[in-house]
Amino acid sequence: MSVVDRQEWDVVVVGAGGAGLRAAIAARERGARTAVICKSLFGKAHTVMAEGGIAAAMGNVNSGDNWQVHFRDTLRGGKFLNQWRMAELHAQEAPDRVWELETWGALFDRTADGRISQRNFGGHEYPRLAHVGDRTGLELIRTLQQKIVSLQQEDFKETGDYESRLKVYQECTVTRILKDGSRVAGAFCYQRESGRFFVLDAPSVVVATGGIGKSFKVTSNSWEYTGDGHALALLAGAPLLNMEFVQFHPTGMVWPPSVKGILVTESVRGDGGVLRNSEGKRFMFEYIPDVFKEKYAQSEEEGDRWYEDPDHNRRPPELLPRDEVARAINSEVKAGRGSPHGGVFLDVSTRMPAEVIRRRLPSMYHQFKELADVDITAEAMEVGPTCHYVMGGIAVESDTAAARGVPGLFAAGEVAGGMHGSNRLGGNSLSDLLVFGRRAGLHAAEHAAGLTGPTGGRPLVDEAQVDAAAAEALRPFSAEGPAPGEEDGRPPENPYTLHQELQQAMNDLVGIIRREAEMEAALEKLADLRVRARRAGVEGHRQFNPGWHLALDLRNMLLVSECVARAALERTESRGGHTREDHPAMDRAWRRVNLLCQLTDPTGGLAATDPVHGQIDLVRETTEPIRPDLLALFEKEELVKYLAEEELYE
Amino acid sequence: MSSYEARFKVWRGDVGGGGLKDFGVEVNDGEVVLDIIHRLQATQAPDLAVRWNCKAGKCGSCSAEINGRPRLLCMTRMSVFTREETITVTPLRAFPVIRDLVTDVGFNYTKAREVPAFVPPDKLAAGEYRMTQEDVDRSQEFRKCIECFLCQDTCHVVRDHEENKTAFAGPRFLMRVAELDMHPLDAADESGLDRKKTAQDEHGLGYCNITKCCTEVCPEGIKITDNALIPLKERAVDRKYDPLVWLGSKIGRRSSGG
Repeated sequence: MSVVDRQEWDVVVVGAGGAGLRAAIAARERGARTAVICKSLFGKAHTVMAEGGIAAAMGNVNSGDNWQVHFRDTLRGGKFLNQWRMAELHAQEAPDRVWELETWGALFDRTADGRISQRNFGGHEYPRLAHVGDRTGLELIRTLQQKIVSLQQEDFKETGDYESRLKVYQECTVTRILKDGSRVAGAFCYQRESGRFFVLDAPSVVVATGGIGKSFKVTSNSWEYTGDGHALALLAGAPLLNMEFVQFHPTGMVWPPSVKGILVTESVRGDGGVLRNSEGKRFMFEYIPDVFKEKYAQSEEEGDRWYEDPDHNRRPPELLPRDEVARAINSEVKAGRGSPHGGVFLDVSTRMPAEVIRRRLPSMYHQFKELADVDITAEAMEVGPTCHYVMGGIAVESDTAAARGVPGLFAAGEVAGGMHGSNRLGGNSLSDLLVFGRRAGLHAAEHAAGLTGPTGGRPLVDEAQVDAAAAEALRPFSAEGPAPGEEDGRPPENPYTLHQELQQAMNDLVGIIRREAEMEAALEKLADLRVRARRAGVEGHRQFNPGWHLALDLRNMLLVSECVARAALERTESRGGHTREDHPAMDRAWRRVNLLCQLTDPTGGLAATDPVHGQIDLVRETTEPIRPDLLALFEKEELVKYLAEEELYE
Repeated sequence: MSSYEARFKVWRGDVGGGGLKDFGVEVNDGEVVLDIIHRLQATQAPDLAVRWNCKAGKCGSCSAEINGRPRLLCMTRMSVFTREETITVTPLRAFPVIRDLVTDVGFNYTKAREVPAFVPPDKLAAGEYRMTQEDVDRSQEFRKCIECFLCQDTCHVVRDHEENKTAFAGPRFLMRVAELDMHPLDAADESGLDRKKTAQDEHGLGYCNITKCCTEVCPEGIKITDNALIPLKERAVDRKYDPLVWLGSKIGRRSSGG
């Protein structure tokens, strides 16, 4: 039996980005003793990378905005596959979540009358994004971080201990969620600095770990985005929803190679930037799909007039939802009309005075100047699609953020599925974090509080699970010898090499445009990598060892990549962040289908060793019909483009 | 443009000691120092410890010292060095080493907790806040801070003076006090908290002798000294030494907002 440090909490939040911190604040304010555990230092989470803003229908810039319009835009963006109740709650609650940030010290950019300014963004009918220049994510994370500190200051005054009710375990990683029967019992963790293991006993765990982008070669995501929460939930027996939908942001940097994939904010287009091909043509006018024909400008003149007079003109097609713009760029490059480094041109230099660019897009100015020697006030940027966000995620109850089938498990933010359907609108991520982070924290706290009665006591951590988790985490250190049951001792695999092969495979075979044969090849490659990853070995000792960390992350990336590939192979249509070259049209019949990924052997070994069979089973599920009053927000002519016949007449 | 092999010296070790280790490593067009550190991990030193996240100068994780100067590894391009130059990468000097390029930056989190939080105005509900852009500009400049702690590392008050750490919050957290003090709606005064006074009395503003080293290393280009510390000092001095201010505060004829 391993001797590991144990601590008891009511709620454990895994992840300290926007969703995790908002959940922790809600749980602590609801009275739960709350621990936050995060892979990086406190305040460094990927949320800081969000640039454009927080979508919330406050109506500060255009009073025509309200939650119904926001809801409509969100469903259109997601091609009606969204879990509609989430989209409803999101649109209704986002303004309160933004205003609340001001009471915690956030300083957004202002309108002339002193309210929170709002900017245009792709897919949003009105200027809707509360923002701070192009560093909104930093403002969000810092505000939440400082709110956590202020709660700790309150606790210090009362108890003499900053961490008596709310503690952040930074640079720690959860490798397993521990269970008592079907219920959550805690989390098995390791601390990077010392390499030591510890266990947090808790009846509620909120997973808020973000996305999966590090499984792809070209990505805007940081090293943390290895699908940890997705994998933890799967391994704990919870299903993942619609994992085939991966958002490729249309504008990532393409040159120099070392920065390929780094995000170029959509605000560049929201504030007037245009896309051109090598012939100087604004090609997006050629790519307006039928479902959006009535909503976008048909000429450059109309599009340009819209910035000044949005009530009498339609928006330019550069502001179509991200999936449309990413596919268009991909097609232009493929047709030989790309920029010298394989992207297209994004230009603000001819659209705004230099000083306005520097004021409104300071980070972009800085980023291109420092990293690419490009002065965006004088020349066009080169941009191309980059893996940015996963719409798929842990299947949750809309109101409570509870994961299905595992009492005590909750999920919020990018790791949760459903909210964004098949494609997320820019700006809807930060609001999602706040709305569902709060809900997850609140319901996790209530779940924990409900266990105090004489009948339903707290779940107990099973020692055998702790021992198994410790053995699993330590395996990379003994990878030199032959694996149990194997004859010969093959040399250990380099985790960095495995990771690179995985990224290349996902990029090439399950990327922005997908084909059946390639996805089948991807599944074979994943099976091969899975076997080799069992022998991923590390050098050195346990203290702050990045090779070891990567070896552990590989399990998660491989699980999640298999979910993406299997679901993508299954869905024989194109919708949002899932484009099939062999099934190029959206199929109304598929709108009612959710694909759930489940672990093939939930009781089984700690990692699947069978090279042929995968680890994932797919289950089809019919979506819940959209509530009639919500459907009534749309014109019938629009609904017929999305909904199946039988849904229209129900 | 082409690849070449660069010579690197990277500090390796832990709390028990260590030293510079020599590496020859490939460098390609457009790369930054962090790319090279990653290449070392992938090919020569898989357990080389380094912090990083965004690789775009936005999170402030990959702080270290390059040829003795505090910098972000991800924003330091290889093209600023000659091909012949040996590039030396060491951990932040002002903080205790954990391993290799990773230091214990806990000092900063301790100091962050000692600065009282924003005090929301009593009479305004959420959604009722009104502030002009001009009035938030000043604090917004300070909120650009990515907490890379390079200013904390370079500040001579603590860089080689461990003994000053208890009394001195460092430029980052004095700037935090200034940020809150300049926030148009912060109601600290009304709650009996005088931020200017605490800067002087509790956060060690007096130790700062405005050499501007912090401003020089700030990757966000924040004018820490000119825009945050000097104004804070001026007002702290006002209160401390101006007899009229002192008198006013005693007889309650001048608001402490000044």
